[in-house]
Order: sequence, then structure tokens, then C-alpha cells
Amino acid sequence: MEYFLQQLINGLTLGAIYGLIAIGYTMVYGIIGMINFAHGDVFMIGAFIAIIAFALVWTTGLASIPLAILLVLVVTMIFTAAYGWAVERIAYRPLRGSFRLAPLISAIGMSIFLQNYVQLLQGARIKPLPPLISGGVILTEGNGFAVQLNYTQMIIIVVTVLLMAAFTLVITRTALGRAQRACEQDRGMAALLGIDVDRTISLTFVMGAALAAVAGLMFALYYGVVDFFIGFLAGLKAFTAAVLGGIGSLPGAMLGGILIGLIEAFWSGYFSVEYKDVAAFSILVLVLIFRPTGLLGRPEVEKV
Amino acid sequence: MLSIAALHTYYGHIEALKGVDLEVNAGEIVAMIGANGAGKSTLLMSICGNPRARSGRILFEGRDITRMPTFEIVRLGIAQSPEGRRIFPRMTVLENLQIGATTAPGRFEEGLAQVFRLFPRMEERRQQRAGTLSGGEQQMLAIGRALMSRPRLLLLDEPSLGLAPMVVKQIFQVIRDINASEGMTVFLVEQNAYHSLRLAHRGYVMVNGRITMSGSGQELLANREVRAAYLEGGH
Repeated sequence: MEYFLQQLINGLTLGAIYGLIAIGYTMVYGIIGMINFAHGDVFMIGAFIAIIAFALVWTTGLASIPLAILLVLVVTMIFTAAYGWAVERIAYRPLRGSFRLAPLISAIGMSIFLQNYVQLLQGARIKPLPPLISGGVILTEGNGFAVQLNYTQMIIIVVTVLLMAAFTLVITRTALGRAQRACEQDRGMAALLGIDVDRTISLTFVMGAALAAVAGLMFALYYGVVDFFIGFLAGLKAFTAAVLGGIGSLPGAMLGGILIGLIEAFWSGYFSVEYKDVAAFSILVLVLIFRPTGLLGRPEVEKV
Repeated sequence: MLSIAALHTYYGHIEALKGVDLEVNAGEIVAMIGANGAGKSTLLMSICGNPRARSGRILFEGRDITRMPTFEIVRLGIAQSPEGRRIFPRMTVLENLQIGATTAPGRFEEGLAQVFRLFPRMEERRQQRAGTLSGGEQQMLAIGRALMSRPRLLLLDEPSLGLAPMVVKQIFQVIRDINASEGMTVFLVEQNAYHSLRLAHRGYVMVNGRITMSGSGQELLANREVRAAYLEGGH
């Protein structure tokens, strides 16, 4: 039981990170119908920016760790969002209206470019982030096993829940969210009502990248190391999460993220760590075969 | 108010509009009638820049809008209820209307009050998903959404298509009302020649991407060719 609880906590933490990345996939898919294969690399860029931001914050001699993390969070979100914006502007917008596969190929190119760009600037070796937050709380103890929720996990889960709530509000309640949903349903009509479609798409990339940035920061805090290649696997997992939840569905991306995190944690805990990626990707295959619309994806029934 | 000269529009290699000239004056209701595929919808969409006109010129209140992006054209005060209505099916009625007010956010309450007055049904269904509305209700929503931007020029594509005669009557009465009470200029394209020419001050007839006839609504209604082509057998 204690072991189970521990894996549950680990799974939720991992799932929170996947969920944050998955939102970026699902939103971009919703609005322009393409899989942004460079999104995982935007997450990786976020992790690097976080590490650089931490290093800079240290030089200012800021003593308060919560304040430092908050500062780094904001800086990371802003700079990573700028990358997300630039990726769309350079690699996708010029191809809008081109054949369907074009932006997809461009996305793969962008992904390779971003990996090499970071490798060139930061080197291929892993970058460590010294542990900033230590300790945690022991939830229960028994059979010689202590269930620990450490502070990093707590921060990750709390920040993720807050961000997802804020984000849901933006999508459901604000003019920007309505514009995004309108573009998702009928871009031509949205333009006909005065919505600046290009700007709305840009903002979607910006929002997705900002959330991926948070995931990047969390990843760096949690694992303590990043390299230029982390975006590939994390991106694929998050993509799997988005498909599992139902691509295009926002709650689906969150749910899918958590499920993939849990599956991975439990598989590692009870079967074998070596095959955890196999477990996650088998889910992708099974979903695609048996339920291509995902758990919360909508079957298209509409009255015309 | 709206002045179109020598407009040519293509879909791929197909020439859909072959040199259209027309005028819509402020305060008028102008109807364009024509058969399916004559190019009526293409004309309305070309005014809003999608598809973009290949050549010719479109002036709105003296401004050349021929090359402007769609969202900027409609910000000048043009609203369209397009072919197929194109409401947002997965949003509520109210959300559809909110999006309609994108270009006039400060006048949202005013617009909403007007739409609910003209179409009380919309108020009853404000929280309902638009995709679940009946055809007539969807048409009301499409027109209401266009009115939310408080336009000076309202473009309507086949507002009577597929609707029961009672609903058609109601919708044409609404068009007459907003024109009379607010002086809103209306340009509509219709296959329903009888109702639309009775409603309109002036009319045009379009055949195969060209305007073949024009005149007052009454004149066109009385015209023998118009009667033979568009009215015989009906009404």
C-alpha cells in the first residue's frame, strides 16, 4: 500500500509535467490542425532558459528560494513564449494554405534545428541544476517504507493545478479564448467577424510555449539535469498524452498527461524501469487502434 | 456606400465573377437574384476579401477595400451572414453573439438587446449549444451575430434558404425593420426572387457571373424575363 501510494505521487508529478506540455500540442492541433513536432524542443528550450535564469539569479545574490523560483518562472515563460512565437512565424505561417503535409515537415525540421541550436550553444553534455529544494513530508510509514511527498513534487503539482485552472478560465471565459475556439471551428468565419486569425494563432503558440516553459522548469527542478535531447522523449510522451485524452480537447490533454504519468510510474514501480517507454507508447498504439478520438475527444455529430 | 467596378474573381481557373459593376447606396435594401451557381455568394464573399478579387475595384464609403485583409474590411462596418450560416456549432448562442461583437465590444449590451428584441427565441436559447438549434433558429443566430457588430452595411446570403414560409416571413420582416428604424443598408442575395424583390428598393439579376438586369424591385418584379426565369411556377 505504501509503495503504491509513493508511485501514485511520483506518477502525478510526472503526469503534471506531461500534461503541461500536452496542452501545447492539443491547442495547436485544435486551431490549425497540425502536430507541432517542435513543441517538445520548445519545452527543452524552456528547461535551458530556466537553468540559465537560475544561474543569473544566483549572481544577484537573491537569498529567498521561493522568490528566486518565481522570478525564474516568469523569465522562463516570457523567453520561451518568444521562441514559440518565432517558431510559428518562421516555420509555419509562410506555409499556411500550402498542402497539409508541408507544415508537418517544417515542424520536424524545426525540431532538428532547435536541438542542434542548443547543442551548438550549450554543448552536448548534460547540464546540472544543483538541488534547490530539499526535504519533504512523510505522509505515512509502514512495513519499513516511508511515503514521501517532497517539496519539489508539491510545487510541481500545485503550480500545474493553478496554471491549468487559470488556463481553462482564459479559454472558456475571455474574448481571446472565444476567438481561439472560433478559429478552431471555422477560421474563415472568424475572420469574417473581425477576428485577426493570424494574431490568434500566434497567441496560441505563445500560450502553449509558456506552459511548456513551466514544464521545462519543473523538469529541471525535479531531475536536476537537462540536455539538448530531453525534448524528444518528453515531447513524444506528451503527444501520446494529448492523443490519449483526445487531440484537440483541453481537459483531454490534462487527463491524458496524468494517465501517461501514472502508467509510467506504476510500470516502473511494479514491472521494469527499462520498459517504461514501451508501456507509454503501447498506449499510443492501442488508443490509435481502438479509440482514435481519444478519451475525451468528440465524435463529430453536428446538425447542419 | 458600396461601389463595385469591373470585379473579376476566380476559383482556381474558373472565372466565377466576370466583370461585375454595382452600387449600393446608404439606407437602401438591394437584392441580387440569380440561380444556383450564378456567382451571388462569391460576390458577397469577394466584398469581404475571401476569395480575393483578381481584378476590379471595391469601394466602401469611398475607401478602396479591394486588397484589405478580411478582418480589417469588416472592422470598417460591414457584416455578413454568409452562405450556409456558419454559426459556431460547439459554442453557445450567447458566445456566438459575443464573437459577433468582436469589432464593437463597447456596444455589446446595445447589440444584444436589439438581437433579443428582434429574435426573442435567441434569448430563450442563449445558453444552448448553437449546433443543436433548428435551421430557422440557426439562420436567426447568423443574422443576429452579424448585427452584433453594429454594421452600417449588412450582407445577407440567402436568408430564406431551407426555411419554412412562416420563418421566411419573420426574417424578411426583421430586415425591413432594421432598415426602416436604423437606416441600416442591406445587400442581400437570394434565390427567392419574389420575397426579396418585394422587400428591396432596388435589385440586380445575375446570370453566370454577370449582371444582366437591374432596376427597382417593382420594375424587376414586373419584368417579363424575370418573371419567366425566376417567378413562374412559384407564388
